[in-house]
Amino acid sequence: MADTTGTADPAHIAGSEGEGVRRRDFINIAAVSAAGVGGITLLYPLISQMAPSKDVLAESSTEIDISKIEPGQAIKAIFRKQPLFVRNLTQVEIAEANAVDISTLRDPQTLDERTVEAEKNKKGKENWLITMGVCTHLGCVPLGAGEGEIKGEFGGYFCPCHGSTYDTAARIRKGPAPKNLEVPVYEFTSDTVVKVG
Amino acid sequence: MSFPWANHYNPTNPLMKWMDEKLPLPRLVYNAIGAGYPVPRNLNYFWNFGVLAGFCLVLQIVTGVVLAMHYAPNSTVAFASTEHIMRDVNWGWMLRYAHANGASAFFAVIYVHIFRGFFYGSYKAPREMVWLLGVVIFLLMMATGFMGYVLPWGQMSFWGAKVITGLFGAIPVVGEGLQHWLLGGFAPDDAALNRFFSLHFLLPFVIAGVVILHIWALHIPGSSNPTGVEVKSESDTVPFHPYYTAKDGWGLGVFLIIYCTVVFFMPNQFGHPDNYIPANPLSTPAHIVPEWYFWPFYAILRAFTFDIFFIPAKLMGVMAMFGAILVWFFLPWLDNSPVRSGKYRPMFKWFFGALIVDMAVLFYCGGAPAEEPYVMISQIATAYYFLHFLVLLPLIAAMERPKPLPFSITEAVLGADDAAKLAAKS
Ligand code: HEM
Ligand code: FES
Repeated sequence: MADTTGTADPAHIAGSEGEGVRRRDFINIAAVSAAGVGGITLLYPLISQMAPSKDVLAESSTEIDISKIEPGQAIKAIFRKQPLFVRNLTQVEIAEANAVDISTLRDPQTLDERTVEAEKNKKGKENWLITMGVCTHLGCVPLGAGEGEIKGEFGGYFCPCHGSTYDTAARIRKGPAPKNLEVPVYEFTSDTVVKVG
Repeated sequence: MSFPWANHYNPTNPLMKWMDEKLPLPRLVYNAIGAGYPVPRNLNYFWNFGVLAGFCLVLQIVTGVVLAMHYAPNSTVAFASTEHIMRDVNWGWMLRYAHANGASAFFAVIYVHIFRGFFYGSYKAPREMVWLLGVVIFLLMMATGFMGYVLPWGQMSFWGAKVITGLFGAIPVVGEGLQHWLLGGFAPDDAALNRFFSLHFLLPFVIAGVVILHIWALHIPGSSNPTGVEVKSESDTVPFHPYYTAKDGWGLGVFLIIYCTVVFFMPNQFGHPDNYIPANPLSTPAHIVPEWYFWPFYAILRAFTFDIFFIPAKLMGVMAMFGAILVWFFLPWLDNSPVRSGKYRPMFKWFFGALIVDMAVLFYCGGAPAEEPYVMISQIATAYYFLHFLVLLPLIAAMERPKPLPFSITEAVLGADDAAKLAAKS
């Protein structure tokens, strides 16, 4: 861009001499870049509109009354439009979960680590196992929370879709799922009420 | 584009002459599927399935557009609006059954069309582009079929959507975000249902566009044929019209008899009864199965129940399922035997048979529950599937001694082709 004055002779502007960067190259690159950046900017709202909308994202928490759940029983609740399992473990089930050598697990965690009240980071109640009812394989609802449903060979949950089997701490033991059932953030607001989310 | 002896379009009617000067659309049709397109004289019935596929696409678009006039893509009413179509809309039951079974018919036809390609080596040069576009069409069809099945919002619709979008969650790091982005939420709901409807409406028109490219690419070398020997002279071909329009018309008649029998006498044969239960996010059906045409690929997905090195089982299954179709893209270069048609390939023939058996086994396992012995059988069949494409095909091409090919199509049909031999010598 040696000649930046507007008084150059027409032949010069046309740039027919072919040496160096011509004014027309500059205009060309600037115009194409502006259009390109503009085009890409336009993609942003087009892509972003598909993400979960504000109402879907709106922080929702759910309070659950656990007073009616006897040891050995579980309930299915709804948390953020997905199933949630709240399970009152028996002493036998707790002992079974603690007897496992966690180094042999696909997703190593102890029962204690899975019953923590995350908000306060304090040890929760060992007998209350609160997990999402969403198989970490492809998202089916595992069986085992409802009355009379099969619990699989490790006594926890069994996913009928592709056969993932979870133990009494809802840890993955067998089948294609890569992770233990997810433990959401929760806290006990009283002895009989737990607030999830 | 065509052979030198092709008939020329010569309108005599003044209106057609006028039209030819302004917009030569009749000329295009004449040269593409009329008397101006010379086609090998020896095509067998396997060559009917391209036209049948085209018919199915039109059928799906016509029935689909009218169904969309009565359907409502909202999770609270989608199921009810589907029942409204079945019970209240004039002829609604017929239109819905025609569309649902039309999808099955479309896939049945396409599978024959693809396996025709496998056997007769239709994917080989100079028709690689025809083949590649075909695989793109098949992938688009799968996406369209999947999203269409979600629309009635029954139990299988919902859980199918959940499982298939869950596949994307297997991708490391970005997977979960991607899944939420695809669904517009944490689980399938209004956002997902609405976008699936929008895309299910759009994609068939995209398919129609790719079909045009597919046929354009086909018409450059022209159709192959059961001998796999290229056209040499005029006596090898006949004009598409009236020869193949008549043959395709007859094939269409046979197809319609079978299709109508299903639509009118056994319309729910290929559906799953659980899809007449409204979607319930809290209860998974005991046995989630996709539509029958996805079974072989579903079996491959479920075959991976163990981690391979650092790759988790879930990701392996997803990669294998997509890989099972993506290998088709490489087929023209994996099988480099110079002989096209399986008819002249004594070794290939056997392995082609074995592949069909293998696909049948995968098909069966994909529809069966995820239990032993089906899981183990799926694992073996999956291994063989990839072995066939990645190892056996290149090996066979290198080792096999093909049978002698006929000199020309005419010789294959008439036993002798003196004219062509003379011409070749001089
Ligand atoms: C909407 C779907 C499709 C339509 C409407 C369609 C249509 C056609 C038509 C009309 C022909 C010419 C007639 C024939 O050879 O049968 C053809 C040829 C062909 N198609 Fe397709 N097709 C579709 C999908 C596919 C798919 C999924 C594949 C493979 C993955 C494929 C591979 C081929 C090949 C290789 C040929 C050339 C065959 C030859 O001349 O030997 N097509 N297609
Ligand atoms: S979704 Fe649970 S095992 Fe596949």
